Amino acid sequence: MAEVIKRSKALAVNPLKASQPVGAALAFLGLRHAIPMLHGSQGCTAFGKVFFVRHFREPIPLQTTAMDQVSTVMSADENVIEGLRTLCEKNRPDVIGLPTTCLSEAQGTDIRRLVREFRARHPEFDRVSVVPVNTPDYVGCLESGFALALEAIIDDLVPQTRHGGRRRRQVNILASSMLTPGDVEAIKEWVETFGLRPVVLPDIGDALDGHLIDKAFSALTIGGTPRSEIEAMGDSVATLVVGRSLARAADLLKEKTGVPDYRFDHLMGLDAGDAFTQILADLSGQPVPERIERQRAQLQDAMVDTHFMLGFTRIALALDPDLLLGFASFFSGLGAEIVAAVAPARAEALADILCDAVQIGDLEDLENLARRTGAQLVVSNSHAVQVAERLSIPLLRAGFPQYDCVGGYARGWVGYRHARQTLFDIANLILGQHHGIPAYRSIYRNEPEPARAGAGLARH
Amino acid sequence: MKTSEIAVLLNEPACAHNAKEKSGCSRPKPGATAGGCSFDGAQIALLPIADVAHIVHGPIACAGNSWDNRGARTTGRALYRVGMTTDLTEQDIVMGRGEKRLFHAIRQAVDTYAPEAVFVYATCVTAMIGDDLEAVCKAASGHWGVPVVPVDCAGFYGTKNLGNRIAGEAIVRHVIGTREPDPVPESAQRPGIQVHDVSLIGEYNIAGEFWQVAPLFDELGLRIIGSLSGDARYRDIQTMHRAEASMVVCAKALLNVARKVQGRWRVPFFEGSFYGVADTSQAFRDFARLIGDDDLSKRTEALIAREEAAIDAQLEPWRERLRGKRALLYTGGVKSWSVVSALQDLGMEVVATGTRKSTAEDKARIRELMGDDARMLDEGGPATLLGTYEEYGADILIAGGRNLYTALKARIPFLDINQEREFGYAGYAGMLELARQLALTIESPVWRAVRRPAPWAAERVAGIPLNA
Repeated sequence: MAEVIKRSKALAVNPLKASQPVGAALAFLGLRHAIPMLHGSQGCTAFGKVFFVRHFREPIPLQTTAMDQVSTVMSADENVIEGLRTLCEKNRPDVIGLPTTCLSEAQGTDIRRLVREFRARHPEFDRVSVVPVNTPDYVGCLESGFALALEAIIDDLVPQTRHGGRRRRQVNILASSMLTPGDVEAIKEWVETFGLRPVVLPDIGDALDGHLIDKAFSALTIGGTPRSEIEAMGDSVATLVVGRSLARAADLLKEKTGVPDYRFDHLMGLDAGDAFTQILADLSGQPVPERIERQRAQLQDAMVDTHFMLGFTRIALALDPDLLLGFASFFSGLGAEIVAAVAPARAEALADILCDAVQIGDLEDLENLARRTGAQLVVSNSHAVQVAERLSIPLLRAGFPQYDCVGGYARGWVGYRHARQTLFDIANLILGQHHGIPAYRSIYRNEPEPARAGAGLARH
Repeated sequence: MKTSEIAVLLNEPACAHNAKEKSGCSRPKPGATAGGCSFDGAQIALLPIADVAHIVHGPIACAGNSWDNRGARTTGRALYRVGMTTDLTEQDIVMGRGEKRLFHAIRQAVDTYAPEAVFVYATCVTAMIGDDLEAVCKAASGHWGVPVVPVDCAGFYGTKNLGNRIAGEAIVRHVIGTREPDPVPESAQRPGIQVHDVSLIGEYNIAGEFWQVAPLFDELGLRIIGSLSGDARYRDIQTMHRAEASMVVCAKALLNVARKVQGRWRVPFFEGSFYGVADTSQAFRDFARLIGDDDLSKRTEALIAREEAAIDAQLEPWRERLRGKRALLYTGGVKSWSVVSALQDLGMEVVATGTRKSTAEDKARIRELMGDDARMLDEGGPATLLGTYEEYGADILIAGGRNLYTALKARIPFLDINQEREFGYAGYAGMLELARQLALTIESPVWRAVRRPAPWAAERVAGIPLNA
């Protein structure tokens, strides 16, 4: 149990936090033929777009209601209606996500009323689903914005039914923002191995995995959960929920469909992998396939091999709450020690993190904590590169954004195989930091200093 | 900021665009708007000032989603890469505690980082709730004894371009002219070389590219007393009013600064660019012309002759590889022709160029360079760019980073020319890097590989046919 320490500074220095609207946008980007439109000024969207373009190295469909000074003061209602109409006319999306921002929230927009008004004025666009969600920047973080959007999607698109189990092999997966496209892919394969059919919401593994398509350009998402699948989530035999931040979304799905759910804080490491595998075996009535048994054994072998490097290693984490909880439990399971933990915003998960205290704060807090506690490895996003440099310790990149490396989005953390690779990577980072004992020449040794081993000098 | 003040900023008599409709006047279209806001523009213009604490006063989105995402480099303190924001909470906004938080935030920045100055950037929300930036900055400056400069650049005021001007305005009002330059150090004096002070406006040292040009300034005895804002220090910018000549680099957005400095302190200025051999040489000639020192002119000509001969020889092997290759260029303003001349220097053919932010004068230059039937693109959505690319059988798309993945998705070679790029193309040496990067992408074997269908797939080719 960790003590959660409140933000105590006036100035956030080197922010860890990304805002709620970008989190909500990300959730909508995991739906097929969709486009999010942020209700705010054009900069809100431009930054969000660059944020994701650099992280995913993909073109990102994202629009704005383009509030200007006058509409901010006089009313931006028309901007929303006009923006929705423009998107419907130009792109005919299946779904438009409509997250609010700090600006429109502080202005006092009633986003649901505006959607109703749009419906009344434009019945010709009835086939386009519009999902509004209140996501002011001034509370929460990327993760909570993502969760709120998911809740709104379920609220608006999943019908109230009691058909649970009508599709006997269909399983819902509610996927938190902690999961990368690589993770989502791995989870789907995992589920499919048992002859089950996963419906992932939102499926960023299908939308943002980075694949070339035949069409050169698309104004909408090029993959993701189809709306028809979302509507049929009530037919599934079970819902598997990954990530504590999705508790409310999961409650709502259960309430609307009656489909039983199984909740997991994360899927990193052996224990979490075992729990998930067991549920799949139960749901499918099938034995665990040979292949998964082997992957599990390989992970165990890697745990043995790397425990020399990882045991007692002092780890500093700065991540969104779900991921923080996942990494903390993963590292703890390996004998490493969490000496610094920073989260950008409060969340229920924080109290359960396996360390003494979790600081709500920024990367400056992380730097100070890590320095004080002598951390040996930082796990955080690309913004922590400078922190790690100043501390002279390695950085394992996780979370958002990752812009100074390629493929951060494709990397997986979940399941036996990814856990094994993570172990190797961490162990190598730590090995790379290792400095041997410096040579010492006895003062009594009476011979010229040997030439450095170089070209032409064989060493055995 | 009042609408009338914005209108004044949009009126820039020194700008060749000024006769036209003001871009900032047209309201952005909901659902069909791209590009950054005024806050973004102000940050681009001022963030490279390395020893200043840049505090964003607003909710997390403005700084949280954008900090440290620009390519400017510095030899000084890296304070500009420390992201700072008041990260307003719901309570701050509802209870009106924004100003108080800002005041303490400034103190915290001063205490922890001892900056030369603090710049405070307004955002939409703080502008809307009416936080008095000017008053807080004044009070903080008095309390903590450090200059605190308010930059009233709420995103909803308008475009990125307007944000550049707002930033320039803040610098003219609060910074330039507040200090006299230091004397030239004895150790830097060379016999026979009269040192002249100059300044640069609108040069951001992206990827450190200005470091390829800076040694030539030293050689000629041109001391850059201040730059807005590549590799800049606060105390340098304070002295920019003492320049003998000033260059507005590759941008119209900061012309207001040049014009006002000229008006108040009689510093003459010219517009130029460091992209391409011809433009780089022209920039040095213009400095010599404005300063009016015969000896400097002579030495400048000698330097140009030497540098041009050297780079010409180095570029020769690259020219052979790039000759006849067709480029589709999509960038804005001055670059629409300055890069054209750079590409033609390399023996390439420019099939079309973007003119979204170009003036009539820019377009005349384009016609001069590309002929009367030069294809000009006023709008560059992905569909237009790809369509033009195909129609003209281009070999490479050269554009800003936002189009990078448009190109790569369509399986076409690409070169990034705007501010987020990782390579420097300025100056004579920059041409060599430009040639190398062009060849690297055009000649890459991956394009054929990604266009080849899988052996078991039906005969079809994805993307746009490649003419290479």
